[in-house]
Amino acid sequence: MTSPDTRRPFPTHILVFFIPAAAVYTVFMVYPLLDSVRLSFFAESGNSEAFAGLRNYATLLANPLWAPRFWGALRNNFLFFAVHMLVQNPVALLLAALLAAGGRARAVYRTLIFMPTVLSVVIIGFIWQLILNPLWGIAEGMLKAVRLGFLFQPWLGQQSTALATLSLISVWQFVGIPMILFYTALIGIPEELSEAARVDGATGWDIFWRVKFPLLLPTVGVVTILTFVGNFNAFDLIFTIKGGLAGPEFASDIMGTLFYRTFFGFQLQLGNPTMGATVATAMFLIILSGVLLYMFLWQRRVTTYEF
Amino acid sequence: MLSSHLRQRMGGLIPHVILLAYILLALFPIFLIVINSFKARKAIFGMPYQLPGSETFSLIGYETVFSRASFQQYFVNSLVVTVVSLATILFIGAMAAFALSEYRFPGNALMGLYLSFGIMIPIRLGTVSILRLMVGLGLVNTLGALILVYIAQGLPLTIFILTQFMRQVPHELKEAARIDGASEYRIFWLVLPLVRPALGAIGIFTMIPIWNDLWFPLILAPSDKTATVTLGVQQFLGQFVSDWNAVLASLTLAMIPILVLYIIFSRQMMRSITAGAVK
Repeated sequence: MTSPDTRRPFPTHILVFFIPAAAVYTVFMVYPLLDSVRLSFFAESGNSEAFAGLRNYATLLANPLWAPRFWGALRNNFLFFAVHMLVQNPVALLLAALLAAGGRARAVYRTLIFMPTVLSVVIIGFIWQLILNPLWGIAEGMLKAVRLGFLFQPWLGQQSTALATLSLISVWQFVGIPMILFYTALIGIPEELSEAARVDGATGWDIFWRVKFPLLLPTVGVVTILTFVGNFNAFDLIFTIKGGLAGPEFASDIMGTLFYRTFFGFQLQLGNPTMGATVATAMFLIILSGVLLYMFLWQRRVTTYEF
Repeated sequence: MLSSHLRQRMGGLIPHVILLAYILLALFPIFLIVINSFKARKAIFGMPYQLPGSETFSLIGYETVFSRASFQQYFVNSLVVTVVSLATILFIGAMAAFALSEYRFPGNALMGLYLSFGIMIPIRLGTVSILRLMVGLGLVNTLGALILVYIAQGLPLTIFILTQFMRQVPHELKEAARIDGASEYRIFWLVLPLVRPALGAIGIFTMIPIWNDLWFPLILAPSDKTATVTLGVQQFLGQFVSDWNAVLASLTLAMIPILVLYIIFSRQMMRSITAGAVK
């Protein structure tokens, strides 16, 4: 990195290179994010907005009309995240390990498994709505074919199963991303390490957990934080299948749908921009604490090896 | 002897069996939608697992979609939004990445940090203010509103990755051009083609979330004239829930362009995710 510019009076070209990107990014991303935080301290009064201190937050966290919705959405969002951590990421690791084991077909397998991931969440939502629809009877018919027909229920419609079903649909769609990340990390591990362990008499199982998995820990961290940010920003799937009310009885309401309903309004509920900004700021703080935890607790302790 | 040989071969098969079973799970729902979209209503319910035959084949769903929804319009809208956003992201992102990688000046590291802040924080959280801003600029219900937001959304990761790639361009090349009296802009034009593979890869994975987004079209440009395919399909499906032919046909239509693109570019895309992850 030489700096030919130190000799020149003023490096105008540096400004020219930065201005377009910095301007659009600042005006349409950084400013709105900061302005939303500012708005969360204001409340509508008549036609203007007046400073309200922390009153919006008090309303969100403790008002009997708002608080159940907020805590419910937060709880559901953590459940949504838990399903992804317990199902999506282990399945992704299994698929990645199988793919990394080799075989000529693996490029084809990888391409096919990743396919649902590139489709719009709206399409995926409708596809599963149709498949699980008792009217069409695809899911029920398949269960009957293996004599498990009695297990069938309208999973998307029941309060007790809606959220879990939606989470699994999301897992089904996005398993490709952690799979590719794990796969990439796995094929980056030098063969000599496994070979040395094998000579020492280790089984394939031992090699995976004792030799390879510790080397995957940085990827486990990346996958976890990506899942966390993605899940706490999710909206499309639940809105597509359950609408803005995230029913039944808010059983599938997460932060994204709560945010939409709050600031934009839905059906009978009027939109409230300042309360919307408060929900957004709460989401911002949740995501930010996740990112900071990852950076300071995980990334610092886990050693990354370069081969 | 024979049995251990056999067991070894069986052991080699198990991964394939699991992977193929998973592929079936991943693709069967999509497959069912596509084949049934070409069938008459009775066959959709009567024989959902069969391929359309001469007796069951019907394009009635597609006819409904094309007569009732402005699908062509939605496609044009999506195409305009995606292409213009993508081209701008890559171009102005490359300019910023070039400056970050090439010049050492006070504030360089800070600028890099500032521009990469948006990688982890979703732009959606600023929607309340984005909507106000667009109302103020008179851009609500225009494709311009979507384009501006998508550019802002795509820039952080693009700049971050391109900076890494531009650092790998050999210095000798740029210095030689400087000695020949080339301007800094000319040098940027020399470097740009050298990071073409990276541009292609970033382009593909920046494009997919733009094409698939529901949130911003729903909030910033919900009118029928400006609806994108994703929003158009979502609204069409909401109205035609009971017309199964039309629902299946519109889902198939919405899937096809992205699947075709994916199949063409899947190798580059995988490689780009790989490269991004290694970095």
